[in-house]
Amino acid sequence: MGKCTFKGGVHPFDGKELSKDKPIKELFPEGDMVYPLSQHIGAPAVPVVAKGDYVLAGQLIAEAGGFVSANIHSSVSGTVKAIEPRTLATGGKCNSIVIENDGEYKEVEYVPKTLAELSRDEIRERIKAAGVVGMGGAGFPTNVKLTPKNPDEIDYIIVNGAECEPYLTSDYRRLIEESDKVVMGLKVALALFDHAKGIIGIEDNKPDAIKIMQEKTANEPNIEVKVLKTKYPQGGERCLIYATTGRSINSSMLPADAGCIVHNVDTIYSIYMAVIEGKPLTKRIVTVTGDGVKNPGNFYVWLGMNYRQLVDAAGGLNGEPEKFISGGPMMGFAMYSLDVPVVKGSSSLLVMQKDIVSHISSSACIRCGRCGEGCPSHLLPSKLAGFASRNDETGFTKFDGMECVECGSCSYVCPAKRPLTQQIKAMRRTIMANRRKK
Amino acid sequence: MSEVFNVSANPHVRSKDTTQTIMRDVLIALTPASIFGIYNFGLGALIRIIVGIAACVASEALYEYFMHKKITVSDLSAAVTGLLIALNIPSTLNVGYEIVGCVFAIIIVKQLFGGLGQNFMNPALAARCFLLIAFTGPMTNFVTDTFSGATPLAVLKPGAEPGTATSLLTMFIGKHAGVIGETSVVCLLIGAIYLLVRKVISLRIPASYILTFAVLIFLFAPGHQFDAEYMLKELCGGGLMLGAFFMATDYVTSPITPNGKIVFGVILGLLTFIFRMFGGSAEGVSYAIIFSNLLVPLIEKVTVPKSFGKKKPVKEAK
Repeated sequence: MGKCTFKGGVHPFDGKELSKDKPIKELFPEGDMVYPLSQHIGAPAVPVVAKGDYVLAGQLIAEAGGFVSANIHSSVSGTVKAIEPRTLATGGKCNSIVIENDGEYKEVEYVPKTLAELSRDEIRERIKAAGVVGMGGAGFPTNVKLTPKNPDEIDYIIVNGAECEPYLTSDYRRLIEESDKVVMGLKVALALFDHAKGIIGIEDNKPDAIKIMQEKTANEPNIEVKVLKTKYPQGGERCLIYATTGRSINSSMLPADAGCIVHNVDTIYSIYMAVIEGKPLTKRIVTVTGDGVKNPGNFYVWLGMNYRQLVDAAGGLNGEPEKFISGGPMMGFAMYSLDVPVVKGSSSLLVMQKDIVSHISSSACIRCGRCGEGCPSHLLPSKLAGFASRNDETGFTKFDGMECVECGSCSYVCPAKRPLTQQIKAMRRTIMANRRKK
Repeated sequence: MSEVFNVSANPHVRSKDTTQTIMRDVLIALTPASIFGIYNFGLGALIRIIVGIAACVASEALYEYFMHKKITVSDLSAAVTGLLIALNIPSTLNVGYEIVGCVFAIIIVKQLFGGLGQNFMNPALAARCFLLIAFTGPMTNFVTDTFSGATPLAVLKPGAEPGTATSLLTMFIGKHAGVIGETSVVCLLIGAIYLLVRKVISLRIPASYILTFAVLIFLFAPGHQFDAEYMLKELCGGGLMLGAFFMATDYVTSPITPNGKIVFGVILGLLTFIFRMFGGSAEGVSYAIIFSNLLVPLIEKVTVPKSFGKKKPVKEAK
C-alpha cells in the first residue's frame, strides 16, 4: 500500500524521541483551578455558578453561549473563588472561573450508556452536554462539526493521528494505550451517519501505533488505517483530507463540502468518554517536553491546572530555558508567563533552552523558491510577504494570500530566515478585520 | 510577575540551511571544475580564480562600506560571482580586464540594483558579456602554451573553417581549449550532482534546458540532422554544462515558480540553439541566459501556481 501524502511540506527535526516512550502519567492538581470561558471557537460560555458556590468534579459551571460554543465543567470539587480575567497561554486575557480545589475530588454521578440504546440526536446531545471541542488546538465544538447541513453527503470520518508537529507525542500515547476507546469513539461518530467510513491516518514514524490500530480495526470493515508519509503539516486538515481521500478543499469550504469530517485523536477519545461513559471533558493528555525540562513525559492532566505544575511534573527546569511554547514548535504559542491554565486545546508544553528565533537575523530574499515548494497551499510566500510589507491588500488577495493555513513551513525553510509566516499572518488579520468592518 | 519569557510568532524553529550554506555548497560544487581548469591551463588559471574572488569580495565590501550599508560578504554570494567570472574567461586574459569585469558585475549589475536578490541579470554572466564586447580579442584568444587554435565548439559551428575535430571523449573529460571552467563536462557534472543531492538546485531548469537544446540540435542542426555524435559534441562543447547547472539555476535571476523554471529552461534551450547555429559567434549560452533573465518577471506572471483546493473537489465514484 502506498503511503498517503500531499504536495509541499517540510521536514523539521522531530524531537519525539524525548517523550514518545513515556507512558501517560496521571497528574493530580494542586492549588486553584482556572477555567477560561473561551476554550473554543465561537461565543464564550456563560457561567452558571457564582462566587461562593460549592461545585463537584464534573459539574457544569458554564454553559454554551450560542450555537457555536461549548459547555465547561469543573474538573475538581471545591468552592468558586472568583470569576475574573486571567491570562491564557495565547497571551490574551479571558474571563475565567476560579475554583479553590478542596482536594477531595467528589464527583457528580455519571450515566454510562451503550451505543445501541442511543438515538442519533441523543448521541449529539451527550457530546454537546459534555462540552467536547476539537482538541488539536482550534477548539471547534464537536457537536456542531458532527451536525453538517447534509448528513447524507458525509463519506468519511477521518481520525487525525498524524501528529505532524515536532515533539508532540500525546496522540501517539493515546493511540497506543487506549486504542479500544479510540476505535469505540470513532464507531460512535460513524453511527451518526448512514454511509460514512472511518479512516485513521497515522504518520509512518509511529509504526507501533499503526500496528496496534490495524489489529484493533481488523474486524471493523468500516474502518481503515491509512499510513501517512511523515511530513509537516501532514495533520493539517486540508492536507490530511487530500492525503487520505484525494479530495481537496480551499479556505472557503468546510471539510463537510468534500464529504469529510476530521477529528483529532483526543477529540475522538472524548467523544467516547462523553457518549458511552457519560463523562464531561475535564481531562486531557499534555506532552511536557523539550531540552528545557529534566524529565520529559506525557501527562493526563486535569483541565484548569496551572502550567507551572506541568513543569514540576516533568522534573523541573533544566538550566534557564529561554522559551516556553504552548503547543508544537511550528504552530504553538510562545508564552511570556507560566501562570496560565491548561485548557481543552493545550496539547503540549515545550520548553526550549535556546530560543533559536532570537539568535538569528533575517537577510535579503535570494528568491530560492523554497517557501513556495514547502507551502501546502501552493502559494508563493515570498511574494505574499512582499505584498504584506507594502500593505497591498489587493495584490495579497489576488495571489490567494487568504488561502494560507499559517502552518509556518515557509518561515521554517527560508535560508534568509525571513519571518514570512509572521508577515503573512499579520496581513491576513488586517484583511479579516477590514472585512468585518464592511 | 517575576519573570517574562521570550515571545515570538510561530514557527519557533528554523532549518539549518542559510544563504551562506547554500553559497558554500555552490563553491564546493565548482571546486572540481576549478581544479581541472588549473590542471588544464596551469598557474594562469589559479591566479585568475584568486583575483576574481578577491576582486568581487573587495568590490562588494568597499561599496557597502562607503554606502553605509551592512557588509554582507560573509554570505559568500560575491565569492560565487567572482569564481564564476574566473571560470568564464580564458586563462590568458589580462588580469586588469578581469578586475574591470568583477567591478562591473558587483557594482553595476548587483549593488546598483539593490544588492543580493535584486539584480535582474546574473552578475557573472553580465560581466562575461561585457568583457566579450569590450575586449573581444583577448576574450576569445584561447591560445595557450598547451593549446593552439580554435575551441572544439568553434570547429563545430556551421559554416566554420574546417579545423581539427576533437574526439567526444576528450570533450567530455575536458582536455582542450576554452575558458577556464567550461571544458571538463565530467567535473561539472560531479559538482551538479552534489548540488542536486544537497537540494540546492532542482533538475527543472538544467533538464528542460539541456533536453530542449539537444532535441533541437538533433532535429534541426544545419547539415547535421539526426547526427547523434554531433549532438553530443554540442552538449559537451562550450559553456552549456557550466551555464545549465551553475548559472541558469541562479536563484535570483531564474523564476521562483516550479512551472516557470521549466518554461525558462525551454526558452534557454531554444535561444542557445539559435545563437549557436545562426549567430555571429560559436558560443551562445551566456547571451541566452542573460536574455532569458530579462524574461523572468513575465514568465513568473504566467506561471503562478494554482493554490490548493481552488478547484471543486472531485468526488470519486463510490
